Amino acid sequence: MEIRWEIFAVILGASIVTFLPRVLPLMVLSRLQIPDWAMRWLSYIPVAVMAALLGNELLMTDGKLTSLKDNIELFAALPTFLVAIFTRSLLGTIVVGVVSVMLLRAFL
Amino acid sequence: MQQENVQLRMERNEDSFLQGVKDCVPTLLGYLSIGFAAGVVGHTSGLSVLEVTLMSVLIYAGSAQFIIAGMVAAQGSIAAIIFTVFIVNLRHLLLSAAVSPYFRHLTAFKTMIIGSLLTDETFGVAINKAANTRALSESWMNGLNVTAYLNWILATMAGAFLGQWITNPEKFGLDFALSAMFIGLLVLQMIGRKKLARDLVVILCAVGIVVGVGMVTSGSVAVIIATVSAATIGVLIERWK
Repeated sequence: MEIRWEIFAVILGASIVTFLPRVLPLMVLSRLQIPDWAMRWLSYIPVAVMAALLGNELLMTDGKLTSLKDNIELFAALPTFLVAIFTRSLLGTIVVGVVSVMLLRAFL
Repeated sequence: MQQENVQLRMERNEDSFLQGVKDCVPTLLGYLSIGFAAGVVGHTSGLSVLEVTLMSVLIYAGSAQFIIAGMVAAQGSIAAIIFTVFIVNLRHLLLSAAVSPYFRHLTAFKTMIIGSLLTDETFGVAINKAANTRALSESWMNGLNVTAYLNWILATMAGAFLGQWITNPEKFGLDFALSAMFIGLLVLQMIGRKKLARDLVVILCAVGIVVGVGMVTSGSVAVIIATVSAATIGVLIERWK
């Protein structure tokens, strides 16, 4: 139970390169008056980034499209989306998603 | 006069640290399962419980921690690991920029504290709350952030500790918690802003681009390119109308 020097170096370096992109825009941009077009651009970021992350998680495996018949996650995404749309509950969505994957993996 | 006081108090409650903690609760299970999975994976790749914990305290980014565990196991060089983490976490630039208008009233130091604990999930919760306001409360945001942070540290510690007995977290669907959370946040976000048609176009573009670009570069670079292009397409459609 210890911390090795190389691992410590990795963690420290990774923490710095994670910290800066998180903090700099907030510190700089909240000082400035952001023009209207930039605000409108930023307003599309949440939807765009979530969709991109999801597309990457659900459709891609090692730089290739995941084959449709093995893609349990994609099938599980369907009930997960429905629960999100009809209940608007984040917790309910996650529970249904996790349970769907568990069941699909158990029975398929 | 009295009515004004009541209203003021209600606004305060809505913006309090405690309310931030409460608004974090729906995401806790997601964080817990992803953190737990990250801890288990960290353990299986040979990291000690202390190293996994230090990683959560200092880095606090799920995708980065999964990558470090994988690259440590594959004996990647220190520089290569740090650079990959940098690329993966570049998307935080966009998240941080997108919430920046709501924290204009704070000092640079306070925005730094808020930014240092910003994640995909707390961002999602915050941007939903911001849908109908011009500013977000500092205490509320800190309540949200700190709850998520502590939960994450505990979850990864538990995962690393119990990892010796769990060989396949996939069996329980735990690895899907991250995607399910993104689905929930995406849907909530769209319901909040009522730009359904344009949002759907942006989503289709983002997915199409992430798949296309993901075939020639890494997934995390593809996510950044897809996000930037899809958001630009959204603005352009708005212009044309």
